[in-house]
Amino acid sequence: MTNPAPEAAVPAAAMHITASKVGKIYPAHDGEVVALREVSFGIRAGEFLSMLGPSGCGKSTFLLLVAGLEAPTSGEIAIDGQRVTEPVTDVGIVFQEHGLYDWRTILGNIMLQGEIRRLPLGPLEVRARELLRRTGLEEFAAKYPHELSGGMRQRAAICRALVHDPSLLLFDEPFGALDALTRVQMQIDLEKLWLQRRQTVLFITHSIAEAVALSDRVAIMSPRPGQIDEVLTIDLPRPRDKAVVASKRFAEYCDAITERFMARGIIQY
Amino acid sequence: MKSQLWKSALSPVIGISLLFAVWEIGVRVTNVSVFLLPPPSRIFQEIWTHGPMLMRHASSTLGIILAGFALSAIIGIPLALAVAFSPLFRRTVYPMLVFSQLVPKIALAPLFVIWLGFGFLPKVLIAFLLSFFAVVLQSVVGFTSIRPEQVRVARSMGAKGATLFFKVRLPQALPNIFAGLKLAMASSAIGAIVGEFIASQRGLGYLVLVANGEMNTPLSFAGMLLLTLMGIVLYFAVEGVERLTTGWHVSQRLNPAL
Repeated sequence: MTNPAPEAAVPAAAMHITASKVGKIYPAHDGEVVALREVSFGIRAGEFLSMLGPSGCGKSTFLLLVAGLEAPTSGEIAIDGQRVTEPVTDVGIVFQEHGLYDWRTILGNIMLQGEIRRLPLGPLEVRARELLRRTGLEEFAAKYPHELSGGMRQRAAICRALVHDPSLLLFDEPFGALDALTRVQMQIDLEKLWLQRRQTVLFITHSIAEAVALSDRVAIMSPRPGQIDEVLTIDLPRPRDKAVVASKRFAEYCDAITERFMARGIIQY
Repeated sequence: MKSQLWKSALSPVIGISLLFAVWEIGVRVTNVSVFLLPPPSRIFQEIWTHGPMLMRHASSTLGIILAGFALSAIIGIPLALAVAFSPLFRRTVYPMLVFSQLVPKIALAPLFVIWLGFGFLPKVLIAFLLSFFAVVLQSVVGFTSIRPEQVRVARSMGAKGATLFFKVRLPQALPNIFAGLKLAMASSAIGAIVGEFIASQRGLGYLVLVANGEMNTPLSFAGMLLLTLMGIVLYFAVEGVERLTTGWHVSQRLNPAL
C-alpha cells in the first residue's frame, strides 16, 4: 500500500521531523477507529510541506502527534532526532478556528506567548506590533476576537504563531472556514511571511489549489486508515505570484493530484 | 456606548416610576383601604418615619445574604472544579449534590432551628443551601465548555498546571461563573428571608412577618420594598464586578447581533 517515497533516500539527519511507522488508534464505542496506519516520512528543515486529503484521513491527527499534544499508538515521531514525548514548545500552531482566546484582545492573545514562555515582554510587543502592521491588523490590536472578521482572526492567530520566532509552524486547515476570496489573499500573505524566515511548515489542507500554491512538497493522504499515498514535489518558483498560479505547470500539478484522488475513488466524475 | 448604558439604566427607572404612578392613582381613585393595598406615597412615608429601625433590620438581613452568598462562592467554585476535573468525584459526589437539590430546602429550615438555635448560623446555612447549587452548576458548565484548540495552543506554549488554569481555563469559565453568582445572590436573599421568617427577632423578614401579624400593611410593604431595593443593589454589584473582570464578554452580550 505505502509507496516508497523518493525522500526515503534522504538521510534522517537532514530531516527536521521524522515519522517512523506512526500509527494512531482511537477507541470508539463500537470498537476502534484507525486514524493513521504506519505513516513514515520526513519533513526537511525550512520546507513547506502540505498534507492533502479528504476529511477523516487522519491528517489533523498527524499534526497533533507532531505537536506532541497526543501520543501515537505505535511508531514514533522525532524532531531534530529527539523523540517527541510531551508538547513541543518550539512551535507555532494555527487551528481552523476558535484558537484565539475570547477574553484577550488581539495584542493580548499574541502577548500570551511571551507571558507563558516568560520572554521579555518589551521586545516581544515590538515584534507583535510589527507583525500586526504587516498583516494589516495594526488598528485592531486593542479589539477582541469577536469584533473581527474570520479572516482577520486567522491573521491574528498567525501573528501569535510567529511572534516568538519558532522553527516549526503547524497549520491545521487555517483557512478552511474562510470564503474563497479571503482564502486566496491569506495564502498570498502567508507565503510572504514565510519567505522571510523559512520556518519548517506542516500545513494541513483539503484544497488541492491551496496545497500546490503554497508547498514545496505535497503529501497526498488516502483515508481509512490514514496513509500517505504519494509525496509530490512542487517545483515552481517563489513567490508563487499571479504568473506562477496562472501557469500551465501549476495546472498540471493540480491535475496530477486530482487524478490521484480519482484513482482512489475520492473524486468521481 | 455611553448613551447606550444611559438608556439601559434609564428605561427600567421610567418603567418602575410609571408602575408606581398607576398604583398611586388606582388606589386613590378606587379608594381601596390602606390596610389592603397602601399607595406608594404611604409606603415611602412609612420608610421615612421608621428609617433608623428599618435600617437596623435591613443591616441584619444584609449580613445573612452576604454571608450565604460568600459561602456559596467559596464552596461552590471548588466543588465545580472537582466535578469538572475529577471523573471519580463526578460519579460519586455530583449525583448527591443533584439529589440534595430535590429536597425541599425551605422545609429543612425549622430543623436547622432545632439543631443550631435562633442565631446567625442557621439563617446563613439556609441562604447557602438555597444558593450554592447555581454556582456549582454554572461553573461546571464554564470549566467543561472550553474548546480543545484553546487548551492545545496554550500547551504548545508550554503551559501546564496552574499556568494553564489561571491563563486559560479560569478566564474562559468566568462568564458562566458570574451567571451562577448572580443567581446565587438572588437565592441567598430568599434564603435569608425564609430564615428570618422562621426563627428571628431581627431582620426585614421578621419585620414583614410581625407587621403582617399586626395588620400593619404599610410597614409590611415598606419592608418588602427595602428587600427588593437591597436585592437590586446586590445583583448589580455582582454584575459590576463581572463587567470589570469579563468586559469582553459583557460587550459581546450587549451586541444585539449575537
